[in-house]
Amino acid sequence: MLPRFLPVRETILSVAILALLLLISTRFSGFIAPANLANVFNDTAPLIILALGQMVVILTRCIDLSVAANLALTGMVVAMINVALPGLPIPVIIAIAILLGALMGAVNGLLVWKLAIPPIVVTLGTMTIFRGIIFLISDGKWVNAHEMSSAFTGFPRAAVLGLPVLSWVAVLTVIIFGIMMARTSLGRSIFAVGGNPHAAVYTGIDVGKTQFLAFVLSGALAGLTGYLWVARYAVAYVDIAGGFELEVVAACVIGGISIAGGIGSVGGAVLGALFLGVVKNALPVVNISPFWQLAISGSAILIAVAFNARAGKAKGRIILKSAEAST
Amino acid sequence: MSVIKKIMASAAAVAMMAASPALAEDMRIALVVKALGIGFFEAAAKGAEEAAAELGDVEIIYTGPTDTTAEGQIEVINALIAQNVDAIAISANDTDALVPALKKAMQRGITVISWDSGVAPEGRQMHLNPSSNPLIGNMIIKLAADHLPDGGDVAVLSATTTSTNQNVWIEEMNKVMGNYPGINVVSTVYGDDLADKSYREATGLMQSFPDLDAIIAPTSVGIVAAAQAVVDAGKVGQVNVTGLGLPSEMAGAIESGASQSFAIWNPIDLGYSATMLAYEIAKNGASTEAGATIPMGRMGSLTLDENSEGAMADPFIYDASNIDAFKSIF
Repeated sequence: MLPRFLPVRETILSVAILALLLLISTRFSGFIAPANLANVFNDTAPLIILALGQMVVILTRCIDLSVAANLALTGMVVAMINVALPGLPIPVIIAIAILLGALMGAVNGLLVWKLAIPPIVVTLGTMTIFRGIIFLISDGKWVNAHEMSSAFTGFPRAAVLGLPVLSWVAVLTVIIFGIMMARTSLGRSIFAVGGNPHAAVYTGIDVGKTQFLAFVLSGALAGLTGYLWVARYAVAYVDIAGGFELEVVAACVIGGISIAGGIGSVGGAVLGALFLGVVKNALPVVNISPFWQLAISGSAILIAVAFNARAGKAKGRIILKSAEAST
Repeated sequence: MSVIKKIMASAAAVAMMAASPALAEDMRIALVVKALGIGFFEAAAKGAEEAAAELGDVEIIYTGPTDTTAEGQIEVINALIAQNVDAIAISANDTDALVPALKKAMQRGITVISWDSGVAPEGRQMHLNPSSNPLIGNMIIKLAADHLPDGGDVAVLSATTTSTNQNVWIEEMNKVMGNYPGINVVSTVYGDDLADKSYREATGLMQSFPDLDAIIAPTSVGIVAAAQAVVDAGKVGQVNVTGLGLPSEMAGAIESGASQSFAIWNPIDLGYSATMLAYEIAKNGASTEAGATIPMGRMGSLTLDENSEGAMADPFIYDASNIDAFKSIF
C-alpha cells in the first residue's frame, strides 16, 4: 500500500530538480533568486500547459505530434485577427484561440476515432498540414510587434499578485487538470482506456470517443498556448515553436507518463516540464560552450528517463509480489 | 475585304516602323524581379526610376512573374527578348534554370546583369551583390560601437552553430575588432533562429553579464527576439539590440527603444545601382571583366571580382529617423 501514498516518480523528479538547481547555483548563484525562479516558471508555462494536454493523449495510448503546429497556426490566426480588428477584446481572442485549437484537435481525434488511423501517422500529417495552412494564410509573411495591439501583447505579461498572467494560466490549467483526472468520469475513463482498452469497453467506456476527447483537450490547450506564445514573443510566423512537439513529449516522458498508455500523473507532467524548463533556462547562464549544450540537455533527459524507468520497474514488481502473495 | 485588311495591316506595320526609331532614342532597361507585388522589389523599382530620371534617356520596364518561379521568369525574359530591350537586370528565382534564356538574350545583343539573387556566371555579364561579408562583419560591430563612445561589453546572438552566413560574418567582425578599441565581445550564443530559444539566450546574456551594453544579432529572428527580451527585462536604454533585421519586423523594437539602429540592404539603392550598371554597360560599353570598375551614380563605383561580381555598399542603417518610411516596404 505504501507506493500509493508515496508517489515515487514525483519524489525522485522533485529531488532531481532540486539537485539540478543546487548544481546550477554553484556556477551561477543568481539563478536560484526567487525573481529568477519566477522567470523560469513563466518561461516554462507554455511547456507545462502543452505537456498536460499531451499527457491526456499519451494516457489513452495515442500521441499528438501536431501540438506545436496547432499552436503556430492558432497563434498566426489570432495575430492576424488582432491586426484586422485591433479593438477586439482579449477574452474573445482567447475564446477563438481555444475553439480553433480544439477544432484542430477534433480533426486529429476524428481521424483516429472514426478511421482508426494510427495517431502518430494522423498527427504527423496534420502537423505538416497546419504548418502549410499558416503559410497559405500568411503568405509566408510575419506579423510583427508594431502591428499587434498593446492589449494583445500585454495580456500574458500583466502581473497579478507578483506573477505574470502567463504563469497563472499554467497554474490554473494544472489545478483544472488535477481535478479532472482525479475526480471526473472523463479523467478516470482516460486512465481506463490507456490501462486496458478491452476492460474499458466492458465497463461501458467508448475507447474511440475518449481518445477523441483527449485530442480535443490537447488541441484546445495548444490553441490557448498559441495565443500566449505569439503575444509573449510579439511575433508570428510560419516556423514559430518549430520542433516544440518533441519537447512536449519529452516533458511527459521525463514526468513518468508511459508511452504505452495508462500510467502517469498531472504532477509528473508538470515536474517533467519544469525539469526541462530549468535545464533550458540554465544552459545559457552556466557558461558552457554552446557546442556542448545540446549533448548536455540530451543527457539530462536520458538520465531523468532512466530514473523513471527504474522507478516504474520497482512499482511493477511490488504489484506482482502482492498478487503472488494473495494467491 | 481581305485586301482592305491587308492594306490596314501594312499601314499599321508602317506606322509602327515609323514610330520605333522615336522610341529607340530612349534606352529601355528591364528590371526583372522574383515576383511582382513584393514590397522589397517595388522599392527597388522606385530606385530604378530614380536612376532613370537622373540619366534622362532611360525607360524602365519593371516586370516579373506573379509568383516566384523560374518558369515565370523565363517567359518574362522571352517576352523582353521579343521586345528587343537594351538591357535586362534580373533578380533570379533560380541560379541555373534561367541561364539558357539569358544566354539567348545576350546573343541578341541585350546586356544582362543580375542583382540581389544571382545567376550563374555564364548567364550574365556581371552580378551585383547588395553587400559583402567583410562589409557586413564590419557593419554589425560598427552599429554597436556607434552608440558606445566610451567602449563597452557586447555579446553576439547568432542563429545556429552551423549557419554559414552568420559564422562568416562573425569571423569578419572579429578581424576588424582592432578598429574598435574599448569594445569587448564577451560571449557568442546561438538562438537557433527560434524565437523562444533566442529570447532565452538573450535573457541569459543579460543575467550572465549585468553590465552588457549591446547584443548583436546578425539574424532576423534573433534580433527581434532579443529586442523583446530586453523590453521584458526592463533594460531598454541599458542594452542596445542591433544587427541585421528587416524594417517591418524591427519597427516595434525601434519604437520601444530596445534597438537604436540596425542594418540591412536598402532596396531603393539596389534598384538604383542595378539600373546605373546596366546603363553603363549597355550604353557606354563598360567592361565586365575581373577587376573592372563601373560607376553607379550616387552609389560610387563597383569593382568586379574574378567571378564578375561586386558588392554595392555597406548595409544601410535604419533607425528612428527612417524606419517609418521603410517599415511598409519590406
